[in-house]
Amino acid sequence: MIKLDGVEKAFGRNRVLRGINLEVPRGKSVVVIGGSGTGKSVLLKCILGLVQPDSGRIMVDGKDAGRGDRDAFLAQFGMLFQGGALFDSLHVWENVAFRLLRGSLKRPREEARAIAIEKLRRVGLKADVADMYPGELSGGMQKRVGLARAIAAEPQIIFFDEPTTGLDPIMAGVINDLIREIVVEMGATAMTITHDMSSVRAIADNVAMLHGGVIQWYGPVADLDNSGDPFVDQFVHGRAEGPIEAVR
Amino acid sequence: MSVLSPVAAIGRSTMGALAAIGRIAIFAGRTASHVFRPPFYPREFATALAGIGYFSLPVVGMTALFTGGALALQIFAGGARFNAEAVVPQIVAIGMVRELGPVLVGLMIAARVTSSIAAEIATMKVTEQIDALVTLSTHPIKYLVVPRVLAALITVPILVGIGDVIGVFGGYLVGTLRLGFNPAAYIQNTVDFLEFWDIASSLIKGAAFGGIAALMGCFYGMASERGAQGVGRATKASVVAAAVLILAANFLLTQAFFSV
Ligand SMILES: Nc1ncnc2c1ncn2[C@@H]1O[C@H](COP(=O)(O)OP(=O)(O)OP(=O)(O)O)[C@@H](O)[C@H]1O
Ligand SMILES: [Mg+2]
Repeated sequence: MIKLDGVEKAFGRNRVLRGINLEVPRGKSVVVIGGSGTGKSVLLKCILGLVQPDSGRIMVDGKDAGRGDRDAFLAQFGMLFQGGALFDSLHVWENVAFRLLRGSLKRPREEARAIAIEKLRRVGLKADVADMYPGELSGGMQKRVGLARAIAAEPQIIFFDEPTTGLDPIMAGVINDLIREIVVEMGATAMTITHDMSSVRAIADNVAMLHGGVIQWYGPVADLDNSGDPFVDQFVHGRAEGPIEAVR
Repeated sequence: MSVLSPVAAIGRSTMGALAAIGRIAIFAGRTASHVFRPPFYPREFATALAGIGYFSLPVVGMTALFTGGALALQIFAGGARFNAEAVVPQIVAIGMVRELGPVLVGLMIAARVTSSIAAEIATMKVTEQIDALVTLSTHPIKYLVVPRVLAALITVPILVGIGDVIGVFGGYLVGTLRLGFNPAAYIQNTVDFLEFWDIASSLIKGAAFGGIAALMGCFYGMASERGAQGVGRATKASVVAAAVLILAANFLLTQAFFSV
């Protein structure tokens, strides 16, 4: 379980997170929605410790995220970065198998490569991309390689930052199913950021809406359409008119 | 605006430079603390050895060859003013080995290696690849910095040694083909004149300059700000810092080795 308590983060005078309270139950899939630039990516980075929160507490399975053995802490996470963040000096398969080639999960290269190719297949990529470099792939393909890398070591907690952005509708469906499968079959806990409402409905158990630096609304996905929250209503229906200003 | 503003500016930049030196020292300390602690990354180390060492050979060779040749011409012309043309082999040897070899190789490494390390690491920083490394339980200093700095510490002295030899050879070519020195005598004079300590100091300087060059590339790369501009600024700052530190370190080392 991930529990955030009053998490705040500002960059200079830009107060991005202003007191986030959120609980993500173990084995559940929580989707974070919210306008562009509201701090969704920063929120995930705070949990991972890539960005140091100014105040507040982050607990993962009852343990303070900032303390203790950092390697062991990070070993339970997988993360898909919004921009892919693939290592462009390594082959695609070496990216996917990064964790399996070094450190505590190290295994023979052939075995790691076989696992990488299997994970690539699960995100809809053929085996022949394995020996290409990330720079040779399209944006959507890079995104899916990033996804394969995030799930390669079968982590217990997975963060997906906009997994379906830039994918065609069919591929987006494949990825939605995959994320659902990882949560249901592997019992992983997932936090996904997305702007795609059909993704939200396909992936989420719970939905959290981030607005104005706080969690504006948090509830089960079934309540999304009758949340009674004007912010959520405006966002879900994509209306220009409403409490959320169009220019931010 | 007051008349004091240039003074204030000097004060500010001095403070800035001192702060930067402090941060670099901390960074160097952290790098050193990771050298002997596993995990080790032999693949990255091998890549760095090739990139810093092997692929720098052509540029080092050209630099040394032309400098040795020019040095011979100058010493011959200068020596002629007091009938001391005959010292060309000795002065070329000592000038190349003690000073010009290490310094010029160091500066070429700053141009070629520091810049590429800084640009590569800064690009990794701004495209979140460094963040991705961390989430994959890999320490960026261990994985990116330690292999490069170690490779530079090992290969740059070798490059300096090669540069010294090629530089002396450049002097030999000019001396024998243009200035009429006897080939056998030229070599004999060079070999007899050079002492162990001349060569050892040259290689020690090489290690120091290599360490500085790689460390500056890594430091400024890791400190890069966002965007393409951030990468550009990091690269420029790294080369300037490496060049200045190499020249300053050269003075201090020369002072330490040869002042009586
Ligand atoms: N390293 C940083 N330094 C300074 N400001 C930052 C940094 N990272 C994020 N920000 C700022 O924090 C705010 C939130 O950024 P974030 O990337 O979390 O947005 P987001 O909600 O993920 O938006 P999007 O949906 O467009 O990806 C932005 O105003 C951004 O400028
Ligand atoms: Mg984002």
